[in-house]
Amino acid sequence: MSSSATLAPSGNSDVIDLYDTVIRFAGNSQDGIQTIGGLLAKLAGRSSREVVTYMTIPSTISGGPSIFQVHLGSGEVLSAGDESDFLIAFYQHSYDNHINSLKKGGVCIYDSDHVDSPNLDNKDIIHVGIPMTSTTVEAMGGSARDRGKNIFVLGLVASLFKLNKEKLVTLIERQFGRKSEDILRNAMVAFDTGYAYPIGDVMTVGYNLKKGSDDRDDRITTDGNSALTLGLLAGGVRYGAGYPITPWSPVMEMLRTELPKFGGLFVQCEDELAAVSMALGFSYAGHIAITGSSGPGLSLKMEALSYATMAELPLVVINVQRGGPSTGLPTSVEQSDLMQAIYGSHGDCPRIVLAPKNVEDCFYIGREACQLAKEYSCPVFVLSDQAISSRIEAFQAPDLSDVVEPELDLSPRPESFKPYPLDSATRHAPPGSPMEGGKYPVVTGLEHDEWGHPSGSPELHAKMNARRREKIKALGDKLPLPEIYGDTNGEVLLIGWGSTWGPIREATTRLRDHHGLSVGCLHLRHINPMPNGMETIFEKFDRIVCIEMNDEGLYGFGQLATLLRARYADPKIQSICKTDGLTFKVSEIVSGIHPAAFAS
Amino acid sequence: MSAPAEPQKLTKKALTADHPTWCPGCGDFAVLASFYKVLEKLQLPHEKICTIAGIGCSSRFPYFVNGHGVHFIHGRALPLASGISLSRPDLHVFAFGGDGDGYSIGGNHLDHAARKNINLTYVVMDNFVYGLTKKQTSPTSPEGFKSKTDPTGSIDRPINPMKKLVNGGATFVGRTHAAQVKHMMQMFERAIAHPGFSVVEVLSECVIFYPGAFDDGNPRKGGEFDIINEEEHDVTDENAAYQLASLQYPGKFGVFYQKERPTKNQLEQEWIDASRKKTKGASARELLEGKFSSMS
Repeated sequence: MSSSATLAPSGNSDVIDLYDTVIRFAGNSQDGIQTIGGLLAKLAGRSSREVVTYMTIPSTISGGPSIFQVHLGSGEVLSAGDESDFLIAFYQHSYDNHINSLKKGGVCIYDSDHVDSPNLDNKDIIHVGIPMTSTTVEAMGGSARDRGKNIFVLGLVASLFKLNKEKLVTLIERQFGRKSEDILRNAMVAFDTGYAYPIGDVMTVGYNLKKGSDDRDDRITTDGNSALTLGLLAGGVRYGAGYPITPWSPVMEMLRTELPKFGGLFVQCEDELAAVSMALGFSYAGHIAITGSSGPGLSLKMEALSYATMAELPLVVINVQRGGPSTGLPTSVEQSDLMQAIYGSHGDCPRIVLAPKNVEDCFYIGREACQLAKEYSCPVFVLSDQAISSRIEAFQAPDLSDVVEPELDLSPRPESFKPYPLDSATRHAPPGSPMEGGKYPVVTGLEHDEWGHPSGSPELHAKMNARRREKIKALGDKLPLPEIYGDTNGEVLLIGWGSTWGPIREATTRLRDHHGLSVGCLHLRHINPMPNGMETIFEKFDRIVCIEMNDEGLYGFGQLATLLRARYADPKIQSICKTDGLTFKVSEIVSGIHPAAFAS
Repeated sequence: MSAPAEPQKLTKKALTADHPTWCPGCGDFAVLASFYKVLEKLQLPHEKICTIAGIGCSSRFPYFVNGHGVHFIHGRALPLASGISLSRPDLHVFAFGGDGDGYSIGGNHLDHAARKNINLTYVVMDNFVYGLTKKQTSPTSPEGFKSKTDPTGSIDRPINPMKKLVNGGATFVGRTHAAQVKHMMQMFERAIAHPGFSVVEVLSECVIFYPGAFDDGNPRKGGEFDIINEEEHDVTDENAAYQLASLQYPGKFGVFYQKERPTKNQLEQEWIDASRKKTKGASARELLEGKFSSMS
């Protein structure tokens, strides 16, 4: 975490070294604050700095208050930060709503053209008023109105933090150069004006944001949806179908653009039912196929996904979760679709459910989902969420030596061919494969025998149910025990899944270092099936607490906790749940585990 | 190495699979027999034939055709068949189903498969009633039809399938009668030859729950089988097709509308080819490496 009260100069130095800082930009969604944040995050990735971003988006068509928070550090950065060191406020409402997010001693830089009544009496905060709007308009000419204000602020931030101007200019050129020369020229004028702004007249100190020691140049900076999409492409996905819904849409947009380059295709369908059905058509045709959506869309897909379990067709299914139930909070984060992913379809539908822990992991989970779908011939869910989908992180570029180049197997199938053998793995004969015995397979949603032929035999139904269950259980046998971070035995074991990885890890460190508790944490990336043997970990802790962004339910337990209690029947398993539409703050976890620490 | 075996002739026997579960006298038997005959005539490669259906009496069709096939879920045969067609240009894709599957629960998919002009042939066995679930009102049941869900007679206006298909943008729209096998075979053959989304609506009687429904279009039962004269009817004229579709029941039989327009299959392939050309046929690894380096 960034340390507070270090923003004022110490001794006679007028430049303060920062190793870790949180900057929050608060404005309206059309101000382009995401652009500033994104460029800063990219710059950080290129300067061996760790970065995690966080943004809120209003679910309005255009406009509405919005923030973008960038957490930069030269050491490990795991979360977007609870409180900020710097607040850049564009409007009075931005100032009013976010001034309390500043740490004591933090700096608030506000647009004095729009923020009329800053509370200058608050001496806990350093106030710096800059006429951002009028200075931008003046520099760019009257017709520009206040466009470019975001890039002006970026220039200001670059000069304030002594960022690498050259690298930043390259990034701006890359971002705006593709649009048009005019746009790039305007952006550069705005940037230069911000960079040259005599900020020394209003601020007595400057900052030097230190670089990390590890000087790697092959780090990439991207968001979760992009990383996931690239993982799917690397895993061999060549066909997919979907329907637009927030926050899943960027995945389908990117697949639609990228897949033709790979010789594949993504189709935007008329609805979610068509999308999952078409994806199953691609799958039946012999391809690694994908569909996806967010909460409500997944509800609509559930019938076809039950079919996929019965017919044992491989399919990767993405759910970029958002706040539910129903339309809920479309642009907020929640982890309330876990039970739906595992149990959402009618009938007994064992299927694989994975969840990425951070942006980098989106790539690896996407790739693994493809491999598992193929190997186990079943639907494989990937539970991403709104927070991870839009969050930007820097990470090491993956090893691409094992990128899958999928091939269709249309070889003739022998007379003995059985798609659903009771004693071995499912194997399909895609259409186009000659059948040497002369008998062709029909894939069906009716219960069927080993040849896929419909059968109403209750005895066979039980056997086939077992077959579909056991193959998924077999994956559980292969999964390694999750690693434990922190103490391997002691007072509390924290368990998480999905995008809460960073805050849980940071909370573990804080509980150990600041509060003297013996705490460990583990994170489940494979949730269905889970790895075996976790009871050997659980028995070493006094309390086991699942941290989840979903409701505690009727009996006081979140969705993962409910599953763990069902499997281990261990009353030590408890829950810390929340559904405020925001990612976990580290302090929320710490106070949930150790309320006494927050009594003061 | 021995020479590859000579492809076997496609015969009715080779195409026959399970004995249909349909009731004796069901119109769908004639549809199945006509389909066998047309395939026999066209001699399509056996392994390239792919039949798809949703749920309903007629949707059991794939079990009765010995060929690759899918018995899918209710109403979604067309999107699944579209996925197969779009990703496998080597296959001959056929979708089958009834009025409930195609015009009610799957009605929206029909419009969109039509508008996108997906290259496949769709045969609707329309019996004006839900048969598998034992006599409920269907989207084509005429007003006044008494069923278990409309004991005093249906009050909702039925769908006019021909209007729906022409309006939706299907590029081949034909109508026939299961009791007119020769005509039905002609319709199938022309639909299969048509590049794009081709649909044949077959009036196929349910002898259990709606006996005599199509007698008016059957000369053997005292009705009239009024075939469209294509010298007078311009099949490329959408308005003319709409007018034919507006005629009083039992109406006309034959090709209402046929016009070639680029298929989605073709247009997507053009985009794929252009993209591959732009990237100079790069491997997946090269493409991903390029993508990652643009993010660094």
